[in-house]
Amino acid sequence: MFNEPHPAEVKVISKRFGLPNSASIDTYLAHEGYQAFLKAVEMTPEQIIDELKLSSLRGRGGAGFPTGMKWSFIPRDNPKPKYVVVNADESEPGTCKDRLLIENDPHQLIEGCLIAARTIGCKLGYIYIRGEYRYLIDIMDKALAEAYAHGWLGKNIKGTGLDFDLYTHSGAGAYECGEESALLESLEGKRGVPRIRPPFPAVSGLYASPTVLNNVETFCSVPAVLRMGGQAYADLGTPKNGGTRLLCVSGHVNRPGVYEVPLGFPMQKMIYEVCGGIRAGKKLKAVIPGGSSSPVLTAEECDFPMDYDNYARMKTMAGSGGMMVMDEDTDIVKVALRTMRFYAHESCGWCIPCREGTTWLRKILTRMDEGTGRRADIDLIHELAKNMLGRTFCPLGDAAAMPTIAFVEKFRDEFEARLRETVVPVTSPDQLIAIG
Amino acid sequence: MTFSQATEKKLQDIWSRYPEGRKRSAVIPMLMYAQDEVGQVTPEMIAEVARRCEVTPLQVEEVVGYYSMLNKERMGKHHVQICTNIACLLTGGEELWQHAVKRLGIGHKQVTADGLISLEEVECAGACSWAPCVVDGYEYHHHVTIEKLDQLLDSIQKKVQ
Repeated sequence: MFNEPHPAEVKVISKRFGLPNSASIDTYLAHEGYQAFLKAVEMTPEQIIDELKLSSLRGRGGAGFPTGMKWSFIPRDNPKPKYVVVNADESEPGTCKDRLLIENDPHQLIEGCLIAARTIGCKLGYIYIRGEYRYLIDIMDKALAEAYAHGWLGKNIKGTGLDFDLYTHSGAGAYECGEESALLESLEGKRGVPRIRPPFPAVSGLYASPTVLNNVETFCSVPAVLRMGGQAYADLGTPKNGGTRLLCVSGHVNRPGVYEVPLGFPMQKMIYEVCGGIRAGKKLKAVIPGGSSSPVLTAEECDFPMDYDNYARMKTMAGSGGMMVMDEDTDIVKVALRTMRFYAHESCGWCIPCREGTTWLRKILTRMDEGTGRRADIDLIHELAKNMLGRTFCPLGDAAAMPTIAFVEKFRDEFEARLRETVVPVTSPDQLIAIG
Repeated sequence: MTFSQATEKKLQDIWSRYPEGRKRSAVIPMLMYAQDEVGQVTPEMIAEVARRCEVTPLQVEEVVGYYSMLNKERMGKHHVQICTNIACLLTGGEELWQHAVKRLGIGHKQVTADGLISLEEVECAGACSWAPCVVDGYEYHHHVTIEKLDQLLDSIQKKVQ
């Protein structure tokens, strides 16, 4: 546990976090552990999917796709083996929740995978964990070994006749591998380059076989759905936005942390009550609401119930739940540049609009930040970003373009102010290159 | 190429996780654990992993070129990674980076002359709510201040003396 819980939280998937030895199977079994799986065994796959649809659980990784629907796309008459794959490649800047789920309650994730395996008739699954999280791979491996030892994984699980093997798989440092098709390429031992879709992973995923691929938090929410019943889970949130989710709040608040709140939780309450307001008595300037890919919101816009549909109404996205809060002193040009440096570094280089777009935007934003920008650059940044939108193989291009457009449109005055600031004398050849 | 007993066990364990005919899947995790032992990715390692995973050395090579944690250059005994992505930028990550560069006299992906410490300015390490963060090898340090960074570097340098 890294932060104190807050009374306004509704703990469903994080409720075991504070328990002693919360990661051990004994603790899990003593607190409703694996009960949802036993329930799932009694249900037909259709009933499980119906329950998930009723719960209106939506993907917690970024896109917010309805989980029940995703699972229903698996063709069950396909003779190929089917796979369950967990996306634990948590790399979206601002996001640090999957870490806590694995660290504090790994068996909840295993149970979510078991239920998925039961639903689609699958015998093998992988948890793809980013390479930097080696200590979590160790925790997960230990939990998996415990689950095997207690008969919750392996052959004929608890006499149900079901077989399921689950393993961890280490990544090696690549944001792009959080994108589902790139993750599958990486899991097959290749460069993390995205695949053209359709076909989607549900039809042709790992080893060109039907694959259920979800974020850690999504899988972790599944046991709760079955335990509580889909309707009760849905009722925690707002219509079409069921349940709770973990929000990772960072930046200039008094109490940054990861908090579990129901969907539709008011953003104002989150910032000022749960997180204790802006630190040092400063005023709020902006919030990046769902990881660095989500368009920034101005302080005036930060007043709505946080569910997927309301984020969309605000022309941003719920994303991965990474809320980065910025106070009045924040330099937006610097933040825009740092964001673009990230995307330029992480672009896999497979498709040109993303590879070239992010690189040129980084260069232009660099000269803006250094004070050697030109007046036309502001529109150029905007236009370049707009031209990337919708023209890339995978969402990374959009993820780089969307926040950039919002930074320029909402904080144009800061970009202009940067031009008015004193002209920096050229002191190194690098700057000459930057001016072009 | 041979590895220590512990690494060899790990590599075999990883290899066994993937179905017959799909051993290529083991390439990346195997490289990660092999690199941990050797300190860098070497041509012999590439050939060894290729042989075990039934792929060509070139197929391993292209993977090494793609992933940021696989290094053909030898990094320091302590690979100190400082995050300067947004959440860390907002809370002083940039200052930590500048401080480390000045103190050690090395830059991004460079190693001190004694081979003890290497520095890397990394992208989001997933510690945003406890920013700024520094990762020493695989060990996370949260809420890092310049003083705490100095303590960390002191302790690394002291260990050798």
